[in-house]
Amino acid sequence: MTAIKVESASRRSSPGGRDQGRKGPAIGRRLPGGRFLVGLPPYLWLGLFFALPFLIVLKISLAETQIGIPPYKPLLDWAQAGVLELRLNLGNYRTLFSDDLYVIAYLNSLKIAAVSTVLCLLVGYPMAYGIARSSDRHRNALLMLVVLPFWTSFLIRVYAWMGILKTEGLLNAFLLWIGVILQPLQILETDLAVYIGIVYSYLPFMVLPLYATLEKMDRSLLEAAADLGCRPFRAFLSVTLPLSIPGMVAGSMLVFIPAVGEFVIPDLLGGPDTLMIAKILWSEFFDNRDWPVASAIAVAMLVALVAPIMIFQHFQRRATE
Amino acid sequence: MAEPIISIDAVSKSFGSFTAVSGLTLAIHRGEFFSLLGASGCGKTTLLRMLAGLEQPSDGRILIDGTDMTGVPPYLRPVNMMFQSYALFPHMTVEQNVAFGLKQENWPKARIRDKVAEMLDLVQMAPFARRRPAQLSGGQRQRVALARSLAKEPKVLLLDEPLAALDKKLREQTRLELVKIQHRVGITFVMVTHDQEEAMTMSSRIAVMKAGAIEQVGTPVDVYEYPTSIFVADFIGTANMFEGVVSRHQPSQVAVACPELERELAVANAPPLPVGAPVKVMVRPEKLVLSRGEPQAQFNWVRGKVADTAYLGGLSTYHIELASGRNLQATQANLKHVDGGGPSPGDELFVAWHPANAVILVQ
Repeated sequence: MTAIKVESASRRSSPGGRDQGRKGPAIGRRLPGGRFLVGLPPYLWLGLFFALPFLIVLKISLAETQIGIPPYKPLLDWAQAGVLELRLNLGNYRTLFSDDLYVIAYLNSLKIAAVSTVLCLLVGYPMAYGIARSSDRHRNALLMLVVLPFWTSFLIRVYAWMGILKTEGLLNAFLLWIGVILQPLQILETDLAVYIGIVYSYLPFMVLPLYATLEKMDRSLLEAAADLGCRPFRAFLSVTLPLSIPGMVAGSMLVFIPAVGEFVIPDLLGGPDTLMIAKILWSEFFDNRDWPVASAIAVAMLVALVAPIMIFQHFQRRATE
Repeated sequence: MAEPIISIDAVSKSFGSFTAVSGLTLAIHRGEFFSLLGASGCGKTTLLRMLAGLEQPSDGRILIDGTDMTGVPPYLRPVNMMFQSYALFPHMTVEQNVAFGLKQENWPKARIRDKVAEMLDLVQMAPFARRRPAQLSGGQRQRVALARSLAKEPKVLLLDEPLAALDKKLREQTRLELVKIQHRVGITFVMVTHDQEEAMTMSSRIAVMKAGAIEQVGTPVDVYEYPTSIFVADFIGTANMFEGVVSRHQPSQVAVACPELERELAVANAPPLPVGAPVKVMVRPEKLVLSRGEPQAQFNWVRGKVADTAYLGGLSTYHIELASGRNLQATQANLKHVDGGGPSPGDELFVAWHPANAVILVQ
């Protein structure tokens, strides 16, 4: 979903875009309905793989639990002959607010995602800047190194971090060996391990859009800044940084949104007290077999994520104006 | 003249094995509109960027207002540059762009506001102060770039092909305007251009560059009427050339014998050259006089046949073929209505010129 937002924003930013749109009807006149057909696949795709599953989840979230297969009652029922009864159970949503667990887990997910995003930005910006400023010869190799981890399964990489972070793991062994610590540190099964895992896993999503904006920035702007008496660091603050905001926003959204719903990393690296909404969702689904509450959590999460997406779009619009 | 505002002293610049500028020495005077003219790749932009501090000379030194600029970064130099791409900051308004340089000096806000308003008035962009560069036309962006680079009142303004991005008509209007602005602000302008017409109409002096070195420095009249090299004669305007050797010296002129012509050529104001020296004699197209009757003079006329004519309105251009096969180009002002009266293709006629209008060039 986020990827689609980024695409639509970049299409809007292309200067020729509007003119091409105006030329459209000429083709449309020759090929009736051609324009409609071309526009159809994305709608079909979104309808089939996003809207439809979402409606099913929405339906389940409004149902009542039952012991059986499926573990929820149908919404529509023949109460008696000729009377179709629609029963919407809003209790699942009330549960989300009556029990602190869900709100706390949700807020904690937001916090972990936000902190991870900021950390990704702090680590990713210098990386992207360095790659964008490197010579043509090195640039491709450096970009390759950023993307290379994707060639290994995500799950295997997270497992590898368990081996690094655990009490008798590589990191502790190294720290003990150089004498920084005397006792092994408890890193695995803490929030710190979750942060490390998320920052590590999502860093490429921050680096790539940042690199794209920094790389296409006109170098003569920095020359102009220097010519007008601006020292390099101040030029970075007043020219490079503001012009890379679109990349920062795009990267942050690509990290933040999936990080809120992250399940594997907190499950494998976090401790039992690392509350994240996806872990709760999992346990409602598989441990409690309470599909309706699990679905309600999923719907609430999606609705709550619409807000950051809208902020993102607002920034994109402003940047392209 | 007083001490030059810019002294370029044996400056060289190489990029790897490529030498962009080699051992160039040049003085630019206070208040001049100076042009660096040359074909692309002749090193003119590299030289300008070295003045701005965006490139460092590999050798030699540059003095601006008497101060050695070696190792001085661009942000500490008393010059400003107007970039060919204008390099306006896209995230700032017109106002903020113009104020940028002043903010770096930490001027008080009120003073910045006044100066920005003054600059925008100068380039007639005051109504667009709140717009962003993307909302301006090419000509408007050019004005903003000019205002921004003039705002700090630099000792020298460097202009890198300032008119190249404009369309033809706007370019011609802007030429005069730029000169007018230069007179008003009284700042030394150094402009890089590949357009000889632009350099001729705008500059007080021109340096014609070739392969990283200067071929000739002089006023537009100097470089057009009295080129000192075959390259300059060819590069600026159109040149008719005859090859020959110095045959004899006369009281006020030098005679040149051309194997392809029946008559000797006479050149006034020629430099002292030994008899027998191989030279070229250059005459500009508008200095040629066409006549149907045989001229009475002993020198400087040839017989030819009109091969082609081009009517340009105020002027007509005639291509005249000589017996030797050489083509001459002559232009004549159409002082009267020419319909039917002027020479037409196939006409036999005589081409003559005055010894003072020919230039001798050493081969």
